[in-house]
Amino acid sequence: MRIPVSWLAEFVDVPAGTTIDEVHAALVSVGLEEEGSHHFDIDGPVVVGEVLEFGEEPQTNGKTIRWCSVRVAAPGLAAADGGADVRGIVCGAGNFFVGDKVVVTLPGAVLPGNFAIAARKTYGHVSDGMIASARELGLGDEHDGILRLVTLGLDPAVGADALALLGLTDAAVEVNVTPDRGYAFSIRGIAREYAHATGAAFRDPALALPLGLDAGEPADGVTVSIDDRAPIRGRVGATVFVTRVVRQVDPTVPTPAWMVSRLKLAGIRSISIVVDVTNYVMLELGQPLHGYDLDALQGGIVVRRAQPGETLKTLDAQMRTLDTEDLVIADDSGAIGLAGVMGGFSTEISGETTAVLIEAANFDPVTIARTARRHKLPSEASKRFERGVDPQVAVAAAARAVQLLEELAGGRADGSGSGHHEHDALAPIFLPDRYISELVGVDYTDEEVTSSLIEIGAWLEHASNGLLVSPPSWRPDLTHKSTLAEEVARIVGYSRIPSVIPTAPPGRGFTREQQLRRLAAETLAASGSTEVLAYPFVSAASNATFGSPDDTVAPAVELANPLDAEAPLLRTTLLPGLIDVARRNLSRGLTDLSLYEIGAVFQPVPDASYGVGEVPPGATLPTAETLADLDASIPPQPWHVAMLLLGNAVDKQPGQAAVPFGVADALDAVRLLASALDVPLTVRQGSHTALHPGRTAEVLVPVGTGVDVVSVGYVGELLPALAAELDLPRVVAVAELDLSALIELAARSVQATPLAGYPAATQDVSLVVPASVAAGDVLDAIAAGAGVLLESIHLVDDYRGAGIDVGQKSLTFALRFRATDRTLTAAEASEARIAGAAEAGRRFGAVPRD
Amino acid sequence: MSDPTTPVISEESVAAAVTAALAAIEAVSDTASFRAARSEHAGEASPLARLNGQLRSLPNDRKASAGKLVGQARARVNQALAAKEADVTAFENEAQLAAEAVDVTALPVKKRLGARHPLSLLQEKIGDIFIGMGWEVAEGPELENEWFNFDALNFDPDHPARAMQDTFFVEPVSSHLLLRTHTSPVQVRSLLSRELPVYVIAPGRTYRTDELDATHTPVFSQVEGIAVDKGLTMAHLRGTLEFFARQMFGDEAKIRLRPNYFPFTEPSAEMDVWQPNAKGGARWVEWGGCGMVNPNVLLSAGIDPDVYSGFAFGVGIERTLQFRNNLNDMRDMVEGDVRFSKQFGMVV
Repeated sequence: MRIPVSWLAEFVDVPAGTTIDEVHAALVSVGLEEEGSHHFDIDGPVVVGEVLEFGEEPQTNGKTIRWCSVRVAAPGLAAADGGADVRGIVCGAGNFFVGDKVVVTLPGAVLPGNFAIAARKTYGHVSDGMIASARELGLGDEHDGILRLVTLGLDPAVGADALALLGLTDAAVEVNVTPDRGYAFSIRGIAREYAHATGAAFRDPALALPLGLDAGEPADGVTVSIDDRAPIRGRVGATVFVTRVVRQVDPTVPTPAWMVSRLKLAGIRSISIVVDVTNYVMLELGQPLHGYDLDALQGGIVVRRAQPGETLKTLDAQMRTLDTEDLVIADDSGAIGLAGVMGGFSTEISGETTAVLIEAANFDPVTIARTARRHKLPSEASKRFERGVDPQVAVAAAARAVQLLEELAGGRADGSGSGHHEHDALAPIFLPDRYISELVGVDYTDEEVTSSLIEIGAWLEHASNGLLVSPPSWRPDLTHKSTLAEEVARIVGYSRIPSVIPTAPPGRGFTREQQLRRLAAETLAASGSTEVLAYPFVSAASNATFGSPDDTVAPAVELANPLDAEAPLLRTTLLPGLIDVARRNLSRGLTDLSLYEIGAVFQPVPDASYGVGEVPPGATLPTAETLADLDASIPPQPWHVAMLLLGNAVDKQPGQAAVPFGVADALDAVRLLASALDVPLTVRQGSHTALHPGRTAEVLVPVGTGVDVVSVGYVGELLPALAAELDLPRVVAVAELDLSALIELAARSVQATPLAGYPAATQDVSLVVPASVAAGDVLDAIAAGAGVLLESIHLVDDYRGAGIDVGQKSLTFALRFRATDRTLTAAEASEARIAGAAEAGRRFGAVPRD
Repeated sequence: MSDPTTPVISEESVAAAVTAALAAIEAVSDTASFRAARSEHAGEASPLARLNGQLRSLPNDRKASAGKLVGQARARVNQALAAKEADVTAFENEAQLAAEAVDVTALPVKKRLGARHPLSLLQEKIGDIFIGMGWEVAEGPELENEWFNFDALNFDPDHPARAMQDTFFVEPVSSHLLLRTHTSPVQVRSLLSRELPVYVIAPGRTYRTDELDATHTPVFSQVEGIAVDKGLTMAHLRGTLEFFARQMFGDEAKIRLRPNYFPFTEPSAEMDVWQPNAKGGARWVEWGGCGMVNPNVLLSAGIDPDVYSGFAFGVGIERTLQFRNNLNDMRDMVEGDVRFSKQFGMVV
């Protein structure tokens, strides 16, 4: 909402010299947030001039200019810039006559767009100033010619300050009006708030208006009936409907400059006197008005819901098919307006309209909100009705419009009007003594409470142990004692609220999952990887590639209104996001990357359906079943962790060859992570449609007794063809694990065993197996066979070549044995080693290498 | 009869052996020549050893004096050897160290530190602050049911405040699922699942349909707090916020409350924080929204608003990071350029 300061000052004292910042500060203190300010950005000597004579001079470029002699000060007096009283000015426009009063911007003036005026040589003359158009002054879009003051009905003295004359010295503050304060979408409402903030007296413009309404009497024979047979949520579509008729309006009368400039500062373009008056009154009083061309009306007015399939051509010349929830204004011809949203084309005020029917109505906020959204027609009117318009101001607003049309456009109102007024008064609220002090934490006096409530317009009655507070008609948001607490707190000032730190009961700290997720993040970062947070929006193609390890497509949640129509799905895996980030880094010349992300993925279970048919109401605890339904209505959203590595792990340096990232590094990171979380982890050769078939590991965690395993993710290198398609280097190592599952599987607490101090016995064993057998499986077999004496085992060599048959390989393992209760003999260790080798032999045909 | 190769112990023969030994030891330059000298002059076949071997065959009356003569000679030689050995070892150690010298300014870098994302670090830091006050950190799903995101929070289905949230809805819209527009659904979930009193914060990712630019991102993060207990007032809200602000911005931080509107709080306030070191001069900076929990929210969770009251607040993590750490462009936080996070490393 933009508020021209001169307008504000009509209804509340704004001391001369008050700056825009001071007005803002006052409004902020009562809850109207600063959005900005608006000026005409015009300064310097801008005066009324009179065209004394001119000659037309055709130019070689085809244009004809006028070399004008313009009086800019009374004879013999210095002009506003200190110069001569008559100036030579070159003008390109041809729409004026000798004797016209015009606006002259003299040298030294600065126009909007930082356009400085100076005497300058042009078309063979020195033009000593400029004759301005309305657009050059920032007053409108008119640029067909210069502004002739006679068109504004003005005949001011030559040399007079044109800025003041045209209202161009005014400025507006813009504030953000919160959705509960519909009344603040008016100068009236803002003036009231300004009075609250500054203590200055508020002069309610509505009270100052003639209220000559003969309720129930049809205006000029135009009957009005409200016939709402389908109220929404039990609320009738229109509770107030006031009409007034004004005849003999001269539609050609120019809108006065002061009104044009105020409308302009308020953000509304001047159109014609009748339309401008309705907009002006709406801004002033907050009551949207609609003007109908009375002669275009056919019969009486009915306010009703639209009929199935009914159409309406709105003011913007759009033919709209209406919904049966839409509230319409209709006459005998059918719908002639979309109530509270936009008028109809057929009864639009035109340049020939002389008889005007003014409508000032109060429409149900829900009806208007739904219609405005349904037809995508947010308007100044709908914005106000959605938030609630003071039902008591309709009569005053209609009267104000009549008054202005009479004063400015020669209109005549016959005094007859029609009113329909069935708006219920707002329910009184019981305010217990001390309630506000106890909620706000300030020890307010009774006087502070009552005077604050009276100041905002409430009506108070004493009740037992409290007050009965009737909110003013413009405050439908005051519905509960807590809303009254806010009023008292803000009128007295939020600065009165003291600072007290509450004592929470002893807390349990971060949850186990939170701690482990943080540990996971820190482990990866400490081991060289950089955390990124990618958007979770992915394309269908990307989901098909990465969402599932096999050819099936992972079910994904689709957004109804994605920002990017190409990426409407929510991620089921983190990899697409990491790839996007990697590509962005590569494009910026960052070619060695180790990235990770920890975040939620959205994983609908195949064939499951989600959502609820109906949302339970607020302010009521749903039943246990309903709550269970709500919980079950959303798909699982586990936390995943993913990594992407490309380029070099170690740069080429003196004495150090470059070490490129590969699948081993990704697996290493995964192992490190699992160790940090204390999760036993194994891998096996895996397959994933997005990954290199020979370089993919499936990551498994043993569960229960260790016989069963669950798969928690994949590690591998991207398929080279896929990497190429994505403009990535050939080797891109990736990993993705279900972090929630990993944490669930992590050891709850370590059960420590005493350390054995007896010496260890180390032995190696080399076994020859078919090359296709995974070393990890052989290792598992040896470990299983070697039994409890085996303390550790690791693979030290994989040899193929001379001495080993083609298709075979020799694997060498280092084994360390230890007993907890004695020093092992070499024979015991050998026996265990042989048992291990034998188990490998049984499982894979492994034979000891000589 | 005497064997011509059999040395005879005499002053002369012993002195000659000693002189030869000392000369040889003196000439030693490294371990190899040391070993040769030692073997030649102190070994089993050395002249002194052989003289020593003669002692056995001497008559008893000469044994003592000859033994003394040879013993002293051997001691002299051994002493010289020991001294030389120490010299050689020291010299050779020094030579080896010199040979092993490296240019420490050119040693290879093999491990790099990665980095946490500052938005994650900041959320954890805020968690630490509130955990220290006895609060707990609650979490909830990012893909939510409309009831938790709106209805339970006193957003009427037709109220403009609901339309102003710029919500991402799930297809089909009739499923009533959405991406949470704030972390407030976690407040409701916490009230439903926890025993009173409740003191929790809820950090996490939130979504609104804003295009990415320097000041907006469709995916952002918030931390909200809610406390519901008997006798809580706006003074407790202010106290909590001031403590929070001082932990985040330093001891000079102050809080200013301005009236505002949120469906889920009443009274509501916008909170500004005093930034003494703001770029362009000390000023109030808008930080977040807060207020006393609206009675309808308590009712949604089955809590009697006549017995319990509560306060709630929320701040944007991106915005906090922006003015706390002097960042201008929101895009740096979301694009994943590794240079951005590496400025922070492991600490924010």
